[in-house]
Amino acid sequence: MSSKHKFLQIEGLARRFPDAMGGEELVVFDGVDFAVDKGEFVCLIGHSGCGKSTILNIIAGLDSASEGYVFVGGREVTGPGLERGVIFQNHSLLPWKSALENVQFSVRARWPNWSRRQVREHAEKFVGMVGLSDAKHRKPSQLSGGMRQRVGIARAFAIEPKLLLMDEPFGALDALTRATIQDELIAICRATKQTVFMITHDVDEAVYLADRVLLMSNGPHARIAEAVEVPLERPRVRAEMLDDPRYHRTRSHLLQFLIDSHGGDAHAPQLKAAPTPMTAPEPASADGASFSVMTKEARR
Amino acid sequence: MRLPRKLHAPLLSVAILAIVSAVWEGATQTSRDDGVRSEYEMLVAGADETARLPRPSEIAALGLEMLSDPVYDRGPNDKGIGLQLVYSLGRVGLGYIVAVLVAVPIGFLIGMSPLMLSAFNPFIQVLKPISPLAWMPLALFVIKDSVWSSVFVIFICSVWPILINTAFGVSSVRKDFINVSRTLELSRLRTALFVILPAAAPTILTGMRISIGIAWLVIVAAEMLVGGTGVGYFVWNEWNNLDLASVVVSILMIGVVGMGLDFLLAQAQRAVAFEDA
Ligand SMILES: Nc1ncnc2c1ncn2[C@@H]1O[C@H](COP(=O)(O)OP(=O)(O)OP(=O)(O)O)[C@@H](O)[C@H]1O
Ligand SMILES: [Mg+2]
Repeated sequence: MSSKHKFLQIEGLARRFPDAMGGEELVVFDGVDFAVDKGEFVCLIGHSGCGKSTILNIIAGLDSASEGYVFVGGREVTGPGLERGVIFQNHSLLPWKSALENVQFSVRARWPNWSRRQVREHAEKFVGMVGLSDAKHRKPSQLSGGMRQRVGIARAFAIEPKLLLMDEPFGALDALTRATIQDELIAICRATKQTVFMITHDVDEAVYLADRVLLMSNGPHARIAEAVEVPLERPRVRAEMLDDPRYHRTRSHLLQFLIDSHGGDAHAPQLKAAPTPMTAPEPASADGASFSVMTKEARR
Repeated sequence: MRLPRKLHAPLLSVAILAIVSAVWEGATQTSRDDGVRSEYEMLVAGADETARLPRPSEIAALGLEMLSDPVYDRGPNDKGIGLQLVYSLGRVGLGYIVAVLVAVPIGFLIGMSPLMLSAFNPFIQVLKPISPLAWMPLALFVIKDSVWSSVFVIFICSVWPILINTAFGVSSVRKDFINVSRTLELSRLRTALFVILPAAAPTILTGMRISIGIAWLVIVAAEMLVGGTGVGYFVWNEWNNLDLASVVVSILMIGVVGMGLDFLLAQAQRAVAFEDA
């Protein structure tokens, strides 16, 4: 067995599904190995159906592998746990609870011995962190898609997980909202030195957020084909990044991989990346901070 | 029209009631019109006169009279309508509450496991369509008491909608909610109480609302069958006396009480409802 120095260590992971008709098993992926360092932000990119969500669910402990091991902090994962926070693709907020109550519910599960006040104060801190203090008493149905996703983020961060797992968290959001929440996510991750494993369809998002991008080949028998370091130092500023040749090189590399591995597949991949990258913001708001402010204004 | 929009529907309702009453009143007009008819009629009804449909004015007058003293008790065959309704409500309440206490936990357990759901399904499907009154002979034989038999009949008719809806509601709770609970390492009990129960509550309440409606329908029939007390017996008794005005008043009261029961459950339903986001 190889060394388990890394914080998240995946070894020889495989997942097979029995065929419904009793035929041959479907091997979604096999021989998947990778590792994530403490404090690292890693994105996983691949075509639809290659098994990204399955990998994330196995790491979360919600699904079990057919073969292989997952170690978090040196301990093998055998089920779900509070040290791993999950942000689900469809937010999965409890619809009968308000935004704040949703966060409190998780906080209470994490620290059962806390007083009501402690739970509330802690939850309010994180709701405030994603800018939802004014909307904290609203039910999920009364929140916009972006706001719901933020509650999901607040909920995951509030339990202070050692590892944050995100499955296409911003997939359903428009570009402006997405950019704002990405910036918020980066700020929170920097402040908490959060280790993140995130799935995305969006090449731009991966390059902007990640330290390293894992590329997954198509299934069946999908594998991690390549791990690409993003050679951009932090803090990253959107507008400056657009002028950086390293950004474009990395971005083209990822896109090229996806296009090559697509190989005339009948069902079109849901790539979020347009031929031209993010539209450059107006000169007046050329730096990341004011871009973020502008998008906040724009959402009102 | 300058009337507030909110008043349109109620005013229209009143108008419909007035028109229907007027037509009815006109259609049942007879030559005779004395003020002290009800006492007189009670004595001679069916003897020298064919029974006729009572007029709305008679019904209204009798209704006011009956409601002015609803809970008097002058022997087994002369009790106020209010008292009779209380008897019926008591039986419905008892049978229904026991049905809720039995059906919700069992439905919960069945709904939690697909295996149990499939295993119990044939029994439920066979027992559900049986008219609750068909249980009456069996109940009377086993329980040997007419009052408790009608309580049992209420229980048996209330149990199925609640059981089915609870099992269905629990089994169709979104996997996501269960996953949230699992990632939070909640115990099975906490998951059941704080995630599954609230998620399934609207479906359970729908079953409970269907059940209370059926129970109120069934109690009238059951009491007609076993007699003694209760609004069903009361209606049957008045029919035997050919006092149709009393029958109509009782029918309206049954409707009003049924509406009240449904209203209560509707409120409860609203309290647990949530909008899926
Ligand atoms: N319970 C299951 N039974 C059988 N096959 C399954 C099951 N769950 C997933 N699969 C198959 O596993 C493969 C990978 O699914 P997964 O959801 O992990 O894909 P994904 O990479 O997350 O796709 P997307 O980007 O569209 O979300 C798919 O081909 C899917 O059909
Ligand atoms: Mg997926």
